[in-house]
Amino acid sequence: MLRKIRICLQVVMMTLVTLLLLGIGFRVHLWAGWVAKIQFLPAVLALNFGVLALLIVCALLFGRLYCSVVCPLGIMQDLFSWLGGKFKRNRFSYAKEVKWLRYGFLVVFIILLIIGFAPVTTLFAPYSAYGRIVNSLFKPLYDLLNNWLAGLDAANDRYNFSEVQIWTRSVTTFVVAIATLVILAFLAIWKGRLYCNTICPVGTTLSFFSRFSLFRVRFDKNKCKNCGMCEKNCKAQAIDFKNGTVDYSRCVVCGDCLDKCKFDALHYTAKKPATAPKPVDTERRAFLVGAAVAGTTAALAQTEMKVDGGLAVIEDKVAPKRNTLITPPGSVSARHMQRHCTACQLCVSSCPNNVLRPSTDLQHFMQPTMSFERGYCRPECTRCSEVCPAGAIKPITREEKTGIHVGHAVWIKDNCVVLTDGVSCGNCARHCPTGAIQMVEYEGPNGKVQVPAVDENKCIGCGACEHLCPARPFSAIYVEGNEMHHVN
Amino acid sequence: MDRREFLKHMGGAAVASSVILSACKNNDESPIIPKNVIDGQGEMTYRTNPNTGDKVSLLGYGMMRLPIENGADMRKDPNARVDQEMVNEEVDYALAHGVNYFDTAPVYTRGYSETSTGIALSRHPRNSYYIATKLSNFSQSTWDAEASKAMFENSLKQLQTDYIDYLLMHSIGGSNKEMTSMEMFNARFMDNGILDWLVEQKKAGRIRNLGFSFHGDPKLFDTMMQWHDEGRYHWDFVQIQLNYVDWSFGEIEGEGVNSSYLYEELHRRGIPVVIMEPLLGGGLAKQPDHIVKQMKEREPETPVARWAFRFAGTPEGILTVLSGMTYMEHLVQNVETYSPLRPITPEEDEFLMQVAELFIKLKTVPCTACNYCMPCPYGLNIPAVFGYYNESIIHGNMPTGNREAKAYWEARKRFLIGYDRNIPGLRQASHCIGCNQCTEHCPQEIDIPAEMHRIDEFVEQLKQM
Repeated sequence: MLRKIRICLQVVMMTLVTLLLLGIGFRVHLWAGWVAKIQFLPAVLALNFGVLALLIVCALLFGRLYCSVVCPLGIMQDLFSWLGGKFKRNRFSYAKEVKWLRYGFLVVFIILLIIGFAPVTTLFAPYSAYGRIVNSLFKPLYDLLNNWLAGLDAANDRYNFSEVQIWTRSVTTFVVAIATLVILAFLAIWKGRLYCNTICPVGTTLSFFSRFSLFRVRFDKNKCKNCGMCEKNCKAQAIDFKNGTVDYSRCVVCGDCLDKCKFDALHYTAKKPATAPKPVDTERRAFLVGAAVAGTTAALAQTEMKVDGGLAVIEDKVAPKRNTLITPPGSVSARHMQRHCTACQLCVSSCPNNVLRPSTDLQHFMQPTMSFERGYCRPECTRCSEVCPAGAIKPITREEKTGIHVGHAVWIKDNCVVLTDGVSCGNCARHCPTGAIQMVEYEGPNGKVQVPAVDENKCIGCGACEHLCPARPFSAIYVEGNEMHHVN
Repeated sequence: MDRREFLKHMGGAAVASSVILSACKNNDESPIIPKNVIDGQGEMTYRTNPNTGDKVSLLGYGMMRLPIENGADMRKDPNARVDQEMVNEEVDYALAHGVNYFDTAPVYTRGYSETSTGIALSRHPRNSYYIATKLSNFSQSTWDAEASKAMFENSLKQLQTDYIDYLLMHSIGGSNKEMTSMEMFNARFMDNGILDWLVEQKKAGRIRNLGFSFHGDPKLFDTMMQWHDEGRYHWDFVQIQLNYVDWSFGEIEGEGVNSSYLYEELHRRGIPVVIMEPLLGGGLAKQPDHIVKQMKEREPETPVARWAFRFAGTPEGILTVLSGMTYMEHLVQNVETYSPLRPITPEEDEFLMQVAELFIKLKTVPCTACNYCMPCPYGLNIPAVFGYYNESIIHGNMPTGNREAKAYWEARKRFLIGYDRNIPGLRQASHCIGCNQCTEHCPQEIDIPAEMHRIDEFVEQLKQM
């Protein structure tokens, strides 16, 4: 019964999280956004005490149910573990808790979290790891499907689906996502919840509370026939049937053992146990964390087009080197972003303008950053601030957005077509939503021309000028981030 | 099933359909042909060229909008190729139904038109058709005499012939920031001695009729007429834009010229007139519902485009009316329109003038998608942007009226999604920098950057809603 309830909840949760991360469903973030907001680490970073209290109370009452039915990475591992079970049954055995690794890692994690060392903390944040897998691997597939539907729509003069660009936002993040998926699949098939019970900082944290949970799996020694089926099917490797003990710090309350016991010797109840569990020893175990990081930039060259009177070839824009990364409006400052973001990629996959992408910069590893090669941060859009579960991008309104200066535009004279091509332009000034750019007279090498001049006080760093600048591959006007957003 | 529908079902098996057609013609009294089919019951109307005595079909085949393989759009897909098989089929059908004037140019269909026309026509006896082509020395690189001559010689080669029946100085009357229309004309044809060279070629029999196609500044047109009167040059024919909208609305805000003026000037001098853009780049075939309704109330079975063709073919002295027929259905329909021509009555003329007035009020961009402006150096697809905008107006798909209404928001969504669907983001109006390099190429004298910025502002305002 417990197992069936657990599986039902898992299916619901996994579906909602995945739909949210893929952005499927009408205004999905409004009705499914809560599944991201109840995730443990994002709630910690958002200082969402209500959610944290709820999760801790749940752990005190029911054990690590969170790891079974809320955490999408846990659910994903259960799926692999279940598939592994199809090939080899009864394959698990009891293992002692590796305390030094669990607690050692947790301490390191907390220190890194406090000093804001994103590369490691985001890598091991469980919900975010799943977010990256969906964003890097499943979203392109869904986008393909979407574009196919858009094609059908276009052929039938319907307007439900519009075509989207499919592109790799960061090769590094893509590789990390694949590595996470492969390693976790391997571990889940081999040793069940090994990751959750040795590395995962959320699992370790919850284990402090689950040790004292009210409801727990308890042995009825009188009924136990020592068949060992419970232990062989415990993916948390937490049951020691010989001693009749369960390690509640690792039990994720999946209910598999209850179903496997033919003698009704295991129960999930609040009743006091007949015998106290013996202390468990530690066992050494090797754990492999390998994240192959290939730091190459996404240089997907567009198919070259033939020019003979038809359409001019448009060279792809190349992102300029920005001294300060630009973070989206609502994220307050680079530091705020770095300390709160778990790099779940929900904002990245939600960005309709292809502006957000995971950073490859080590300080902000996989956290969102803005760039304008494929679009700019449009004035009417506040999507990322609406979806962020971790409070890294705080909710803002359209009106507030017009007063948040995430960066400032810088004119690069050498690239400006007014001087290089000798044409009149002004496309940046024409499209500046805050009127921060005006064209002014300038004595060029071939006489007087009109060049853009940026009023830094008005510029909000939306990137319209950079995106719409005709100079390619490098724009003649680009946005330099503001370390801390200026607000007025 | 009427004859037109019947032909559509035949799908263009030219030989087969012409056999069956002649069978139909023999059975004119047959009850299967409904009485209300009023066009296409006889032979093609022919006009005589007073200079050479050529009997030219009133329908001329414009080879600018040739069919593309796999139904692709050459303007959107640079790798698309002309569907030669279809061109052959259409040319065969045209010849079989009396069309004998084929108009091409070195620049049409990105340079493939002459080649393709040559392939299709060379399969028929040379004396069964007239070829018109042009000296399209638009680019400054072709202004010197040798380059222009090479262009003419290449036309002969591509068209697989040793003489051109109708040779035109292509699109004179244009100007740019640095040059007036006269200066431009001088640079293209006078300073390099090309016009005199063409006259020599005519004497040598390599050109049978020499004329020009005109767009733009009426002052240059007047000069050409003056030269003709003075006997400095003799124009065997002149090609002008004429349709029921341009007849009296060609001149807008002091720019452009009414086709009525051009026609009167030519006709007065007895110069045969070739008509281009009888449909205003297809625009007059796509009328908004309220105009279609008025036309259909008069003649329910007459296609909308036929009104324009009848109008263009009606004035005396019109040698031929060019139509760029991409699809077999267009060809069949146009052959029907002119077999024989049913001239526009004075009462119908008045009706069309009213239609023209309504059409002008739609505020569409008068782009005919000739693509002379392309490629835009900054990557825009100019004709596609104008085309999408115009279609949205004509089909009544513009978000207008009450902004609180659901219909408005649906129209907005349609417009924005459709815009992205029809034109990739990087080729949309927002990327027009206003460099103005395109305007001098536009035969319709559209202020392209101004129109682009107007459309961009409209799109931006929709997006920010």
